[in-house]
Amino acid sequence: MTKELKNLDDVTIRFAGDSGDGMQLTGMQFTSTTALLGNDLSTLPDYPAEIRAPAGTLFGVSGFQIHFGSTEINTPGDICDVLVAMNPAALKVNLRSLSDGGIIIANRDGFNDKNLKLAGYASNPLDDESLSKYHLHSVDITKLTQNALSDMGLSNKLVDRCKNFFALGMMYWMYTRPLEPTIKWFQEKFAKNPELIDANTRVLKAGYAFGETTEIFAARYEVKPASLKPGRYRSITGNEAAAWGLIAGSVKSGLDLFLGTYPITPASDILHELSKHKNFRVKTFQAEDEIAGITSSIGASYGGAIGVTTTSGPGMALKSEAMGLAVILEVPLVIVNVQRGGPSTGLPTKTEQADLSQAIFGRNGESPIPVVAATTPADCFFGAFEAMRIAIKYMTPVIFLSDGYLANGAEPWLIPPVSSLPDIAPKFATDPNEFFPYSRDEKTLARPWAIPGIPGLEHRIGGLEKEHITGNVSYDPENHEFMVRMRQAKVDRIADDIPPAEVDGDPNGDVLVVGWGGTYGAIRSAVEAKRREGKSVSHLQIKYLNPLQKNLGAILANYRHVLVPELNLGQLSRILRSEYLIPTIQLNKIQGLPFKSSEIEEKIDEILSREYAHELS
Amino acid sequence: MNLVEDALKAIAEQPPVKYSAKDFQSDQDVRWCPGCGDYSILAQVQRVMPELGIPRHKMVFVSGIGCSSRFPYYMNTYGFHSIHGRAPAIATGVKIARPDLMVWVATGDGDGLSIGGNHLIHACRRNIDLNILLFNNQIYGLTKGQYSPTSEFGKVTKSTPYGSVDHPFNPLLVSLGAEASFVARTLDRDPKHMQFVIKRAAEHRGTSFVEIYQNCNVFNDGAFFTYTEKESKDDHVVFIEHGKPMVFGKNKDKGLKLDGFTPKVVSLTDGTASVNDLIVHNEKDTMLSFILARMSSLPELPRPVGVVYAVDRPRYEVEVSNQILSAIQKKGEGNLEKLLNHGETWTIQ
Ligand code: SF4
Repeated sequence: MTKELKNLDDVTIRFAGDSGDGMQLTGMQFTSTTALLGNDLSTLPDYPAEIRAPAGTLFGVSGFQIHFGSTEINTPGDICDVLVAMNPAALKVNLRSLSDGGIIIANRDGFNDKNLKLAGYASNPLDDESLSKYHLHSVDITKLTQNALSDMGLSNKLVDRCKNFFALGMMYWMYTRPLEPTIKWFQEKFAKNPELIDANTRVLKAGYAFGETTEIFAARYEVKPASLKPGRYRSITGNEAAAWGLIAGSVKSGLDLFLGTYPITPASDILHELSKHKNFRVKTFQAEDEIAGITSSIGASYGGAIGVTTTSGPGMALKSEAMGLAVILEVPLVIVNVQRGGPSTGLPTKTEQADLSQAIFGRNGESPIPVVAATTPADCFFGAFEAMRIAIKYMTPVIFLSDGYLANGAEPWLIPPVSSLPDIAPKFATDPNEFFPYSRDEKTLARPWAIPGIPGLEHRIGGLEKEHITGNVSYDPENHEFMVRMRQAKVDRIADDIPPAEVDGDPNGDVLVVGWGGTYGAIRSAVEAKRREGKSVSHLQIKYLNPLQKNLGAILANYRHVLVPELNLGQLSRILRSEYLIPTIQLNKIQGLPFKSSEIEEKIDEILSREYAHELS
Repeated sequence: MNLVEDALKAIAEQPPVKYSAKDFQSDQDVRWCPGCGDYSILAQVQRVMPELGIPRHKMVFVSGIGCSSRFPYYMNTYGFHSIHGRAPAIATGVKIARPDLMVWVATGDGDGLSIGGNHLIHACRRNIDLNILLFNNQIYGLTKGQYSPTSEFGKVTKSTPYGSVDHPFNPLLVSLGAEASFVARTLDRDPKHMQFVIKRAAEHRGTSFVEIYQNCNVFNDGAFFTYTEKESKDDHVVFIEHGKPMVFGKNKDKGLKLDGFTPKVVSLTDGTASVNDLIVHNEKDTMLSFILARMSSLPELPRPVGVVYAVDRPRYEVEVSNQILSAIQKKGEGNLEKLLNHGETWTIQ
């Protein structure tokens, strides 16, 4: 039979199943195939904190959402068009993110009595009409997978592990995607085990053929390539991008990269990625704890490498004393905080932006540290690179803020030519005749970097207050005030060395939505939507949180309302108010989840309608 | 391109300098209390340094917080006075980044075994080439006299007016338990012996851990006098030497013999035992090292002083550098352009 081929601008699919069902892999395969087709896209993995939660339970559900389209895609999608549910728990947890009239593809075999009970279903939702407002396709995925592999003599366990690729095959058919990239991936991944290449390929093809031949799917869809800037692209996650940005900084500066770190979700993938690249002379040191992670990095920087430590909120809390040490030592250091839900252990696998205050203020004493944030997964490359540039040029620790959403999310990335990256040109002190450890460069106020091994420069540094120029220990009251102000002035000067803030939209108007970091995509989508409606709404996303960009205050003054959406209780908002004495309107969400653009749109509508009501009265 | 290598290459080859102890004295005033055992440690280190044949600018002294941690200020080498307890971790970073440097850690019983205990044991375990000098005075000096993790049970101090109910650490056992490859003990009041031990520690490749009995004459005066003073020392200390029987006593009239796994004091004059019955020290004997370290728990036994344990095993920083060299050999020097473009990419026209 011929099936109808419909054209769509954008689609959001969520794959959901047990954490052992391979949903992340399935989603990632769909992502790379989709990227190869030239769609713009954004993804959001959503997995439980437990490594192998008991099968069939609600808290063991692992999901992967991809939003792709022929238009500009900024978010992983507020609401799904398709939900692939491998068991009842996956259905139950994810149904609320499915649009009315959306498609459900359920693995009927997963809906057995035991799993239904575990998910708390009294009757089988696939049979009881409770899903009637959706397009339900219930497919015997497990059985069909078994059939496809029946003559191979594989263990039940192995067969079961292939079933996610049946689902993937169906989705490839439904959205007219080629199978080859995934088959090629099987061939690489299972090179040592040809049986698995064969099994997975068969199952993938069987899923595809199932879509084509059975009657249940009436339509398939096409999503045309997006009009992206010409050039070479790749798909990249935030953590990969951060790791590569750090390597790029090392290459561009001629300094060996030393990563001292302690494993912590969701930052560990940066360690994993960096530890692969030893041929870049990257030394990764998995330390005994968070404190050793940062202090070993400080030691490495002191020795003439560029020290980096990666962590998440609870780990950064442990590092705070050492961050203060780096401030007073004035050595270059990059601290990467991939934020997650807090306080304390909080929500390890969920995203949040609640470490901004910690980053800017969270140390004893007057202890200024520059803070840089990334706005999208690929932007983590530039964020990490920029943090390193500032650290080296100004001899200071720098905090780079990413978050769980950016770290695990992926998007197509227009690969920059290496020549387009700025050079970082550190210099070591070598002349003993004019050497003073706390003399300063007139322009940057940076002190000299005097690494051990240079004759005649033997000197002592440490955490006690330093005398200006000589670096000797000093308890002198005036000197202390001078040095506190000097360290602050040095960080403030960085404002002269960063690009100005830019507005997307109009230079003035009714509403300016000001975000920072990873809320970029959701805010951009919301603001674009409002602008299409003719509303006077603009967008500014802050990447430099300390020091703030010099033109920021003047920009904010040009709008009647400044809306600040944040995944915290208003940490940036507080800074903007105190810095610029302007009122801000807050929009705060603390659910471990990113903003939906609809949530921001609603808030904008609310502000504009109040405005309208005010004008009428 | 590597900036550190370039900078070091640019230094003209200099003839080896003949140093004297004075060359290792910095221009800073030493600020320990008069009579403190730290002075002797500083003097012995400064005396040993010229014998090592290593240029001063290749040495780094790292410390944490406490009286002992003032040490780097007084050494005319590179010095790093850091934060409480973290010296071994900082030194680890220095040594991994710069295996060409000789890295020392000066720490105390509070700094190294309390707040920084974790870093100390992990440095030992990795066998990174650090020389750790732990000044044990069994008290917190800089904070003015609280008990420390090596203070004896029942110790009355400012924070324990009714006596401490903490059981103390034995630094030798901690370091041996942490797999240190070089473990030794020496005394602040025995300059010759301390010089010998410090030199051995310096020459050992891998983590060297040296416990130094150090008198804090202000807050814990005489804590080790039994082992350091003329009158009592000979009968309460056994100086152990590799390959030599364990003889001690004023007139070399006593020895240590193994009874099962427990050392027993025997007389060499009453005809019950001869030198041939005594334990012969073997620095490479793991079991013996634990027995020796345990002797501090039995008051009737003398304290072993000297090199307790010294073996060779793989060093962390060497292994790290080797992995890097072999990765470069296999894959070639990292190429950023290639990294960014490797794997799956696609082109939009
Ligand atoms: S307090 Fe004790 S350990 Fe500290 S300097 Fe004085 S005597 Fe020495």
